[in-house]
Amino acid sequence: MTTEIKLPEGAPEEVVTQALVRDIDLSAFGSKGTMALITLDNSLDHNRPNTFGPQSLLALAAAITEATSRKPAAIAITGKPFIFAAGADLSALSFISNREQSLAIGKLGHDVFRRLGESSIPTFAFINGLALGGGLEVGLHCNYRTLASTAFTALPEVFLGLVPGWGGATLLPKLIGPERAVQVIMLNALNNNTMMKAKDAYALGVVDAVFEPSDFLERSIAFAAGVLNGTTTIERKDYSQDPAWESALATGKAASLKKYGGAEIASPMKALELIAAAKTNTLGAGFDAEDAALADLTMSDPLRASLYAFNVIQKKRKKVEGAPKPALARKVSKVGVVGAGLMASQLALLLLRNLKCPIVMTDIDQERADKGVAWVKNELAKLVEKKRMSAESAARLSLLISGSADQNVYAGCDFIIEAIFEELSLKQGLFKKLEAIISPECVLATNTSSLSVERMSEGLKNPERVVGFHFFNPVAVMPLLEVARTSKTDDATTATAIAVGKELKKTMIICKDAPGFVVNRLLTRFMGEITDAVDEGTSPEVADNAMRSIGFPMSPFQLLDLVGPGVALHVSQTLNANLGERYRISPTMAAMVKEGVRNFYIKNEDGSVGANPAAIALIHKGDTPSTAEQVRSRALTALAVEARMMLDEGVVSTPAEIDLCMLMGAGWPMHLGGILPYLDREGISETACGQRFHPKGSASLP
Amino acid sequence: MSRSVVLVDAVRTPFGKAGGMYAGTRADDLMVRAIRGLLDRNPKVERSAIDDVAIAAATQTGDQGMNIGRSATLLAGLPNTVPGYSIDRWCAGALTAVTTIAGAIAFGSNDIAIAGGVEHMGNHPMGELMDPNPRYLAEKIVEQDALAMGATAERLHDRFPTITKERADKYALNSQIKTTKAYEAGLIQRDLIPMAARSAELGWTIATVDEAPRPTTTMEGLAGLKTPFRPAGRVTAGNSSGLNDGATAALLASEDKAIELGLTIKARLVSYAFAGVEPEVMGFGPVPSTIKALKQSGLTIDDIGLFEINEAFAVQVLAFLEHFGIADDDVRVNPFGGAIAVGHPLASSGVRLMLNLARSFEDHPEVRYGLTTMCIGLGMGGSVIWENPHFNGQVK
Repeated sequence: MTTEIKLPEGAPEEVVTQALVRDIDLSAFGSKGTMALITLDNSLDHNRPNTFGPQSLLALAAAITEATSRKPAAIAITGKPFIFAAGADLSALSFISNREQSLAIGKLGHDVFRRLGESSIPTFAFINGLALGGGLEVGLHCNYRTLASTAFTALPEVFLGLVPGWGGATLLPKLIGPERAVQVIMLNALNNNTMMKAKDAYALGVVDAVFEPSDFLERSIAFAAGVLNGTTTIERKDYSQDPAWESALATGKAASLKKYGGAEIASPMKALELIAAAKTNTLGAGFDAEDAALADLTMSDPLRASLYAFNVIQKKRKKVEGAPKPALARKVSKVGVVGAGLMASQLALLLLRNLKCPIVMTDIDQERADKGVAWVKNELAKLVEKKRMSAESAARLSLLISGSADQNVYAGCDFIIEAIFEELSLKQGLFKKLEAIISPECVLATNTSSLSVERMSEGLKNPERVVGFHFFNPVAVMPLLEVARTSKTDDATTATAIAVGKELKKTMIICKDAPGFVVNRLLTRFMGEITDAVDEGTSPEVADNAMRSIGFPMSPFQLLDLVGPGVALHVSQTLNANLGERYRISPTMAAMVKEGVRNFYIKNEDGSVGANPAAIALIHKGDTPSTAEQVRSRALTALAVEARMMLDEGVVSTPAEIDLCMLMGAGWPMHLGGILPYLDREGISETACGQRFHPKGSASLP
Repeated sequence: MSRSVVLVDAVRTPFGKAGGMYAGTRADDLMVRAIRGLLDRNPKVERSAIDDVAIAAATQTGDQGMNIGRSATLLAGLPNTVPGYSIDRWCAGALTAVTTIAGAIAFGSNDIAIAGGVEHMGNHPMGELMDPNPRYLAEKIVEQDALAMGATAERLHDRFPTITKERADKYALNSQIKTTKAYEAGLIQRDLIPMAARSAELGWTIATVDEAPRPTTTMEGLAGLKTPFRPAGRVTAGNSSGLNDGATAALLASEDKAIELGLTIKARLVSYAFAGVEPEVMGFGPVPSTIKALKQSGLTIDDIGLFEINEAFAVQVLAFLEHFGIADDDVRVNPFGGAIAVGHPLASSGVRLMLNLARSFEDHPEVRYGLTTMCIGLGMGGSVIWENPHFNGQVK
């Protein structure tokens, strides 16, 4: 076994998880001898979970040696309060510069963990709290597992662009069979990293028993004593002849293709290969294959981009770049929503559920206002029905929402958001009228997607209280919120907007008020290149599939269908007017809007999805078709150019904010790092702009 | 209206030394574990059927605060419908929890309930946040000695000059020996609930035995100990109980309910009494409280076949024995040893006396009555007389 592994150069010092060994007298539990109990503890509280870097793995190895030497009746491993272990220490992974280092770390993990599986002394994992990735894998190597009823577990590797490579991809299929293993390793990870509740983990067979946390350790040891003295028997099934292997693997593959818009992305594909191999191979062969897969992935740009993206998401969720001091935020205890249409109602519901303060909505007549309020109340009722909200909470919230045709109800509001028709003059008029009703401090926020916030504030007595507050559809689900400051927006207003956004649990960026802010500006530019190509004569099929292999969640025209040609046309018109000719207005799209053709793709009678003949018929056909490669190149180049312009204009201050926007606002995948790391590694940034967005090594291989 | 009250069962956590094995464990977690252990042993009792939970602690702040009775009930996972309250009578907390619950059962307000106590003297050193009214000393309501328990023990030696340091040490040694023997025979472990305890430096362990007993104690060793409460005194760490952490829990029911549910009956309550004495000699408290309890039940001291006396200090036990004319080494007294060996986590100890007595009842069907008694700071004693349900009417 490797005895020394140095951290790669530049890597932060490892927070070492100690492995402490103590003897437990089993006689009090009705069994003979002692149990050597290993506690994993990095000496910090639950906010810094136990992780496994090289030193931690060596500490565990030493603990296993020590435990074994005491000749106990059993060896068990447990965690510190609330935490078992959150997996491999990822902080060093980004600094690994050669494949040998990567292989060595993978192998070290296996070498240490497998001793728990190969020990002649029975081994137990008492998973007392959060167990993720390598944390759960340690447990899988043990002969038996107990789990605290409040603990969450997961193998999130595929979500991060890795594979469960410390035994998970091999052990889990053998333990619980292909269908369930695919559920845990593939489907859960791909579904936004869904973690298992204890009852799920138990039902899937990942653990053998679940105990309440208040005396989890005592009951776990009693369970172990039962296994040792033969009063408890745990049956294991041999899945090597299970008929479900093929269908399970197909399910996993389909989920991955769907997630990445049809692209075969390395990490899920490798995970599937490892699961498939687990059907018949030995553990040793499986572990070797995991080492190789991990090393390949670690030494790839997509993984580096993923790790970068993961860190950006984690960091920016907590701290908004450029945010004023939180103490400047004003208290928000009454909120106005202008408009009672679907968007406004969705906003009202979101604000109501999170701020739990009076929300007033208005529309042009009482009937419309009532309709909005009724929609919100009905959504609350649905939540109660689905048992996602208590009847009491719904009753409380229902009393807080009201609607009126009279804008005087906004008196006393601290924060008003408008979601009326996207027409500048209407919004300008609205804000002027509101100023007569509200206090000078009340924030006026607009959910406009492309109009100038600055111009909405013109002529107001207090233009410093106006701020862009741009959500993404559906507002309750999409995590991003773009907070746009005009030249006059003051810090108190921004801080208040950020505070409200935090309450709404949104990830935020602060950007300069500029047309389309970040996400819509980039998406519209990108889509424009595709529609241009089609308008020029490229077959829609070629244009729309030109970027399939990159792994965007949906193709450009699928996205168009989601947004709707009406909105897309409106945004492109606004951006054309404000940003210039590089934003073109597609005649095809204009025709679709004019003719009321809503979708580019439709469901055929047999359930398959195909191009909508009505849309095809409206295509403006030029005579300069592009190849798929040309479409791809111009679309990606456009992204690079536009992103660089945004940075130069100071729309946002860092490339990371652009990436964050595309990750959280457009759902672009982590293996692209949002988008800029991908443009860098494909050489597009340098070709298009003469420079990279990120220094080499920060979101890519060194 | 009065109904027969029985002790269904009682358990405790192993007792730790303050700053020892429970240094990283919360008091409420100790209490929760005792309650859950008690209920695990009595699966016939529906958790929702518990009418009340009375939990004692001498210091009711921090992890012993927040109404520890209700708090421990919720933390133990009992249904919200089960109420709980806190009790304080210093050392006799758990004993008072039992008598208070017993009163409620006898009166008919409760059918089945939990009484217990907890003290984490590592987390809550004696005298923590104590703020004695200056009138105590200014108006000579008590002397300074009354406020330090060790000093009250010295005062007891003063009052009973025949109780020498040597007698106290001898008694203490005997307590250690009896505890050692009881442990060897597995008699104490039967009622201990294994308790997970964490040390940040050492990791998790499971406490399965008391931490305090010193089986290697000798007379010579005891003789050499310091007398911290006065120069040339008689009270030492060796002939006193220590500073300890632990929790106890007892299940009490009306006899009818216990029979209806098919529960064990380990002891039947006969009478109980509390009495006051001069605070400076608080250790004498068990004498008047026992006299009172005997009087209520119409019994005499000769009817008591088994004694569980809390060993706060050896001198205090000896004063009791001397008063009633019982020998220092009478086998009826504390047959498994006592607090001098296993420790005295203040408000939890009362139930420990009861669970020991219940075990002795099983072993001695020829004994009809037993006594649990203890002294209480600021000059009190508390006594509970129990009847042996296994009594066979035959004298051994």
